[in-house]
Amino acid sequence: MSTGITIENLSKKYIISHQKRERYFALRDVLANGAKRLIHKLIHPFAAPENDPTHEEFWALKDINFDIMQGDRVGIIGRNGAGKSTLLKILSRITEPTSGKITIKGRVASLLEVGTGFHPELTGRENIFLNGAVLGMRKVEIKEKFDEIVAFAEVEKFLDTPVKHYSSGMYMRLAFAVAAHLEPEILIVDEVLAVGDIHFHNKCIGKMQDVGKEGRTVIFVSHNMAAINSLCTRGIVLTQGKLEFAGDIDGAIKNYLSQSSVSSSFRRLKKQSVYKPKTVEILDCKFYSSGSPGVIVCGEATHFEIEYVATQPNLSIQFLIGVYDVYNTCVLFLDSAALELSSRGLPSSGKIFGSLSKDFSLFPGTYTINIAALLHEELIDHIPNALQIIVQDGDFFGTGRWPRGKPLALVKQNWRVEENNAT
Amino acid sequence: MMDDQSVLVIEAGRTERHYWKDLWRYRELFYFLAWRDILVRYKQTVIGLAWALIRPFLTMVVFVIVFSKVAKLPSDGVPYPILIFAALLPWQFFGNAFTEAGNSLISNAKLISKVYFPRLVVPASAVIVSFSDFLISGIILVGLMLWYGFAPDWRIITLPLFISIAFAAAMGAGLWAAALNVKYQDVRYVIPFVVQFGLYVSPVGFSSTNIPEQWRLLYSINPMVGVIDGFRWAILGGNTQLYWPGFLLSLVLVLAILVTGIYYFRKTEKSFADVI
Repeated sequence: MSTGITIENLSKKYIISHQKRERYFALRDVLANGAKRLIHKLIHPFAAPENDPTHEEFWALKDINFDIMQGDRVGIIGRNGAGKSTLLKILSRITEPTSGKITIKGRVASLLEVGTGFHPELTGRENIFLNGAVLGMRKVEIKEKFDEIVAFAEVEKFLDTPVKHYSSGMYMRLAFAVAAHLEPEILIVDEVLAVGDIHFHNKCIGKMQDVGKEGRTVIFVSHNMAAINSLCTRGIVLTQGKLEFAGDIDGAIKNYLSQSSVSSSFRRLKKQSVYKPKTVEILDCKFYSSGSPGVIVCGEATHFEIEYVATQPNLSIQFLIGVYDVYNTCVLFLDSAALELSSRGLPSSGKIFGSLSKDFSLFPGTYTINIAALLHEELIDHIPNALQIIVQDGDFFGTGRWPRGKPLALVKQNWRVEENNAT
Repeated sequence: MMDDQSVLVIEAGRTERHYWKDLWRYRELFYFLAWRDILVRYKQTVIGLAWALIRPFLTMVVFVIVFSKVAKLPSDGVPYPILIFAALLPWQFFGNAFTEAGNSLISNAKLISKVYFPRLVVPASAVIVSFSDFLISGIILVGLMLWYGFAPDWRIITLPLFISIAFAAAMGAGLWAAALNVKYQDVRYVIPFVVQFGLYVSPVGFSSTNIPEQWRLLYSINPMVGVIDGFRWAILGGNTQLYWPGFLLSLVLVLAILVTGIYYFRKTEKSFADVI
């Protein structure tokens, strides 16, 4: 395998204006300021040129270095404002770097938005051609794939209807269909997949996996760790414009989750609980196995703790823990009442410990935890998105083998064989 | 289909090198953008196509009344409507192209911030759309000539030359306006003013022979003077004379506007996506 993309000392600087909030400058201001400065210079010819205090430099990217091999599927991870979009924009040549060098081998297609260049007045047929051209396809290429695109989008009947009459689902399908039939050697994709329903989302991921399997290079930016995890082989973590990590995807995700300490440990978004009177308050919650907090290794027992404080002792507090996957599907629901813990009456402050058997594990990925406390079936405290956990690959079965498919959870099981005796 | 192992280098200030090659590669996008704008233009309004005819025709009628009937200006021996229309054609082409090109980047802001292509494609396709209007309005001129039984002489074959000068003027001024418009928000108020003002300082409603001889060279500082005089010379034929010093001055200025326009556009286009 040879290098597909080489990035050397890449930096991008933006100038932020503090003076006004406007998006544009006005020509009259520039002219007026120029005149002012000229007069100032004429009156004080020896004064040092003053620094403009209203403008500040901001480095969206600073000294980025990494290589991408041909055929790699690379996920770019980072918080909002870490420089992911800027990096994609530079790679797609929409904007120019301030310094540094990028060498790209092969044809690049970037998909930073679904349906760029669509015009609502034009028909589906016309928009396919227009959008294809915008994405860099040749006319002959579009003609060749036209039927395929229409079939993929399932819009045959509405081909000659202006797209302004399309439903949003049809619009998205058509837009993605065009993009999906691009055949570049390097595909750059921004979080376009965040939109649309799960069916559409899966279709997109599947299509991108196919692209990767054909030996093409894919660069993918997303906040969705599960999508990144299932699609990418390598990962790059950006923090405030700097390269934090470059390596395999598991390492990248772990790095990202460990640096975002806010999300892998307990947090309450609103300071004040909305439920009153505040008889019970959840103070902390942790999930862990043998490794670092928030990281569960597949095949090890999962432990969790809830720390709470109550206004009086001997209350029958009931604790609920909901575990949600990235599609916001509830995959686990833990209820302390099921074990009759609450009926015993709890001390006025303390910690609840719990664990899940190592014979069970969630499928590797990221999960969000919601916690709630109930008193006599009434919600007293509730913290949505209290923390995130990551379930990591491990030797679950102790055989070093992994089951086929992509289930929600893994369970240890027994199989046995009996021979049919001929009678 | 895949140009194998084509190597692309991205570096600050490096875009220059593959620019013209890219412009050629993106010729189909250019074609599609122009096609889209023309399609949308004639689809959106009920009177779409008619609009391209009604507007210049009514302007012509008003000008004939004001300049010929009221001001009683001489017509150099040609029917006054034809005299006016031969000038109105290039002027309206210039005015429309300048306006459309000047606003083209702002109205395609989403495209510019999401996809790479040589930005020159956008204002250029706006000029092409105005050119389609120009061709349609040309029908009126043919109609007027038939109506007045006016036959042009051999000079009509030089018309494409003057059309290309009009093109260069519209493109040059349009590029300046487009690039400035992205950066400075008040440019969009300047554009309509320039077009309105230009109509009166250009010899549209009258022949430039009305300008005193000693002022004609100065008058030709307006590059559209040379373009309009050229159109009249080619279309009206006969005893229409071209004032060469003025024409050449206009020509030089048109080329200067075009070259500096391309230069300024190229210099600023890298930052379009950052500021738009």
